[in-house]
Amino acid sequence: MLDGGIGTATKRREDVRFLMGRGKYTDDHTPAGTCYAAFARSDMAHGRIVSIDAAAAEGMPGVLAVFTGADFADVGSNPAGWLINSRDGTPMYEPKRPVLAHGKVRHVGDAYAAVIAETREQAMDAVEALEVEIEPLDAVVDMAAALADGDNRVHDDLPGNQCFDWGWIEDNREATAAAIEAAPHVTTLELVNNRLVPNAIEPRCSIGEYDPGTGDYKLTTTSQNPHLTRLLISAFVLGIPENKLTVIGPDVGGGFGSKIYHYGEEALVLSAAKRLGRPVKWTATRSEAFLTDAHGRDHVTRIELACETDGTFIAFRTETMANVGAYLSNFSTATPTFLHGTLMAGNYTVPNVYVNVKAVFTNTAPVDAYRGAGRPEATYSLERVIDKCARELGIDPIAIRRKNFIQPDQYPYASAAGLEYDSGNYDALMDVLERRADLAGFEGRRAESERRGKLRGLGINSYIEACGIAPSNLVGQLGSRVGLYDAATVRVNATGNISVMVGAHSHGQGHETAFPQIVADMLGVDPATIEIVHGDTSKIPFGMGTYGSRSLAVCGSAVHRATEKVIVKARKIAAHMMSVSADDVDFADGQFSVPGTNKFVAWGDVALKAYIPHDFPLEEIEPGLEETAFYDPANFTYPSGAYACEVEVDPETGVVDVVSMVAADDFGNVVNPLIVTGQVQGGLAQGIGQALLEQTTYDADGQLLSASYMDYAMPRADDLPTLVVDHSSVTECTHNPLGVKGCGEAGAIGSPPTVVNAVIDALARGGHDVAHIDMPLTPVRVWTALQQA
Amino acid sequence: MYDFDFANPATLDEAVAALGRGDAQALAGGQTYLPALRQRLAAPDTIVSLKRVEGLSDIEATVDTLRIGAMATHARIARETADRFPALSRLAGNIGDMAVRSRGTLGGSLANNDPSACYPAMALATGATIHTNARDIAAEDFFRGMFETALDDGEIITAVTVPVAQAAHYEKFVQRASRFALVGVFAARYPDGARVAVTGASSGGVFRWTEAEERLSDRFEASALDGLTIAPDDMIEDLHATKPYRAHLVSVMTRRAVEHA
Repeated sequence: MLDGGIGTATKRREDVRFLMGRGKYTDDHTPAGTCYAAFARSDMAHGRIVSIDAAAAEGMPGVLAVFTGADFADVGSNPAGWLINSRDGTPMYEPKRPVLAHGKVRHVGDAYAAVIAETREQAMDAVEALEVEIEPLDAVVDMAAALADGDNRVHDDLPGNQCFDWGWIEDNREATAAAIEAAPHVTTLELVNNRLVPNAIEPRCSIGEYDPGTGDYKLTTTSQNPHLTRLLISAFVLGIPENKLTVIGPDVGGGFGSKIYHYGEEALVLSAAKRLGRPVKWTATRSEAFLTDAHGRDHVTRIELACETDGTFIAFRTETMANVGAYLSNFSTATPTFLHGTLMAGNYTVPNVYVNVKAVFTNTAPVDAYRGAGRPEATYSLERVIDKCARELGIDPIAIRRKNFIQPDQYPYASAAGLEYDSGNYDALMDVLERRADLAGFEGRRAESERRGKLRGLGINSYIEACGIAPSNLVGQLGSRVGLYDAATVRVNATGNISVMVGAHSHGQGHETAFPQIVADMLGVDPATIEIVHGDTSKIPFGMGTYGSRSLAVCGSAVHRATEKVIVKARKIAAHMMSVSADDVDFADGQFSVPGTNKFVAWGDVALKAYIPHDFPLEEIEPGLEETAFYDPANFTYPSGAYACEVEVDPETGVVDVVSMVAADDFGNVVNPLIVTGQVQGGLAQGIGQALLEQTTYDADGQLLSASYMDYAMPRADDLPTLVVDHSSVTECTHNPLGVKGCGEAGAIGSPPTVVNAVIDALARGGHDVAHIDMPLTPVRVWTALQQA
Repeated sequence: MYDFDFANPATLDEAVAALGRGDAQALAGGQTYLPALRQRLAAPDTIVSLKRVEGLSDIEATVDTLRIGAMATHARIARETADRFPALSRLAGNIGDMAVRSRGTLGGSLANNDPSACYPAMALATGATIHTNARDIAAEDFFRGMFETALDDGEIITAVTVPVAQAAHYEKFVQRASRFALVGVFAARYPDGARVAVTGASSGGVFRWTEAEERLSDRFEASALDGLTIAPDDMIEDLHATKPYRAHLVSVMTRRAVEHA
């Protein structure tokens, strides 16, 4: 293994600049002549815009322009990326999502006007001077009520507020129903997967620029995927040709999904920049982030598990209402469907699976993919109902899972939910878990907790996710309107150092460290000589960005392929330099040689030769050493894991303390174990946050009650135990060149049911018969459940 | 935030004068007020910083009291009262985070009288006296419900005299987001009896739980509280707790406060 190559726990090189305050985020960019945008946002959840009088605002000091929805009435809609068809074959309802609300406002925070002024404060002052009349309408907030009410409509031409009614797999509907009907045991659970506010530490920020000389636009923005943002703006919203629009996502302070999407503010600053001929910047306040970043989760689900009395699974049936909010954010229709329903077979050999998802419009912020995106919802439903079933049947929670695990000799395995799992070994993961979590010692720890008056519980969970998003061929059949390949260019410069331009975007994932490890490993060179270029559409090939644990599996594979091409070319050049055939040249440890001779040339000599081709046979070898690869995966990757958590519950107050959390994951091969551990730990923290702390509450009028950190609890260090992460159990992905699966979302997928299972276990061991508590398991909810048990 | 003038007086008289001019607001740490300004929830003409005013930050001990300057920060109170009044020191040391404790002040907190703040429970349970530029106000008379106090416009808290208890403890059950008190109970034992004050719980703001005081005055032990509950009717109900839960926590936190005193 090359020191610093694949498998080395290299510290993240980008952390030096981040930790020293030298990162350069969007808001750190202020081009000469920048002016500032502020948005007028609805303070009511639902209303009809009667009039907007901007005369006074336009006369305020420093004001340069006022925009309203009318200014964008003729531009395109910000689209949903996936077309979902309902069970009856009809396409989903896709409302127009305008740059600025026009006609109606549909959620608190919905922007209906924008002011551009010399300073941010002047713009904010002028927003307050807008004379606006909005006729209030009843808010549609609760999903069940939204579906039942034909009169109260988020979108005027959609009675009942249903976006789609999707069945997966529809052909399995009747067989699954029959299997449940005939089963000797059925466990049913109704649960809520709580809505989450993403809360990236860096709020959204966008700067629009326009060069009247060339007609070129530039958008610097907090994006996880600059090319996708450019595509949406060019092809759907503003129609700016792609070759006249550069999108740059510089250093980005966290995304978790919320910065995948194109938002109206981006189109506004570009349009304003053109009208004014000046750069226009907008930076969200934290309040705007709470109200307008696409939220996550928000499912209300009923799940049934049918099984034999020995715990052998027969069928899983899920009925879910998925909140999409007021408009369809770009991935919002894929998240509750193909990222959720397809995972509802879990790690198990269950023969019958059926999932029904009704997506519902409400007068709330749009909901979209958030770390895990559909897969946490699937895992939570399944692993909670399995736990409840085990309890009802008196079977150990590990035993019931092991009894139903897909076995290593069954791969490739066609799951009953329509995916083909390529590899895995779930018993091996459970073995690792039992050892690392010292499950044998649990009873002793429980007794010790009991002596201190605490109820101790053990939660077990196993998960599978579909990552490496995504095979374009498959997702195209499923309704995706884009391809989900990625791309990389490996440019060997004349003096031998290397620039790697990648389509993936790093906003916490450590790409600047991990991708060079791949190239270094393949070329046998020092990773310090390799730099990653990302986030700028004018510099990088057309890749689709970072989400869905895809960077390494998809873009990393593109890096691998491009590097292979570089080696092929370099070998030709080396052969030419040594006057031998390329077939006779060996390449190892950064050196080309001819076996059996003393001929060799070093990597640096070949690189230099590529750019000084004085004697090249130009018909056979072009100058230069630069190759691009686009990689489109053949299948999803399927990371899996087994998690255990121990909690202590204070029966007097309902406080839950997570005292241990152990994650055993199979990510396939690991390029940088240190980064992987950090990614899992971050995901675990987010999952514990969802399970215990994060409570997004809209009242009946559609007001967001948890709209600041005073009321929305994020997990902090002292909320968390030591997070034990083990990724030593490896089954390689069979269809990508690195054998990798992806690790970014695992922790957030696997941990919520683990925590909830542990709390229910703690209550049960304390003699309290509580079947379920909805997340977040706040002290008041746990205490109230105890009073009712 | 909106524009405002900034006054930075060096003496109490100058501060009083500055507060008397137009719509002025005193700044005493600003850990609540500055976020409100940033959100444009307040629009004063002038902000009068009390930070430079002489003599407002000192902490002086007598035989049985502590006189704490209004501008003493939580961090300083935590540090300098640890020997004389550990319950107060721990209370101060558990407010907010390190940044908040380095800026926020006792006087600022009392004047704001947030229904979830910690100090009001201490002031009420110790029978503290709040000194202002104009008068002395007993804690009993100072707190007038949520965010309401006996302070007149422009009146400045200068110091607080706190009788040191024979035994005391402040037990805080934190609201998990803000880390303010969802319910906080300060229990203190004095030669003339026990005092118990509760913050965070009641829609009327900080209050003394006299039933608990009576029992604890007889016997300052947790078991003296057995069977004692408080009615949920006047409790706050919000995202974080129901009325019955808050009422329950008042009992639990009171018992724990006595146990740890």
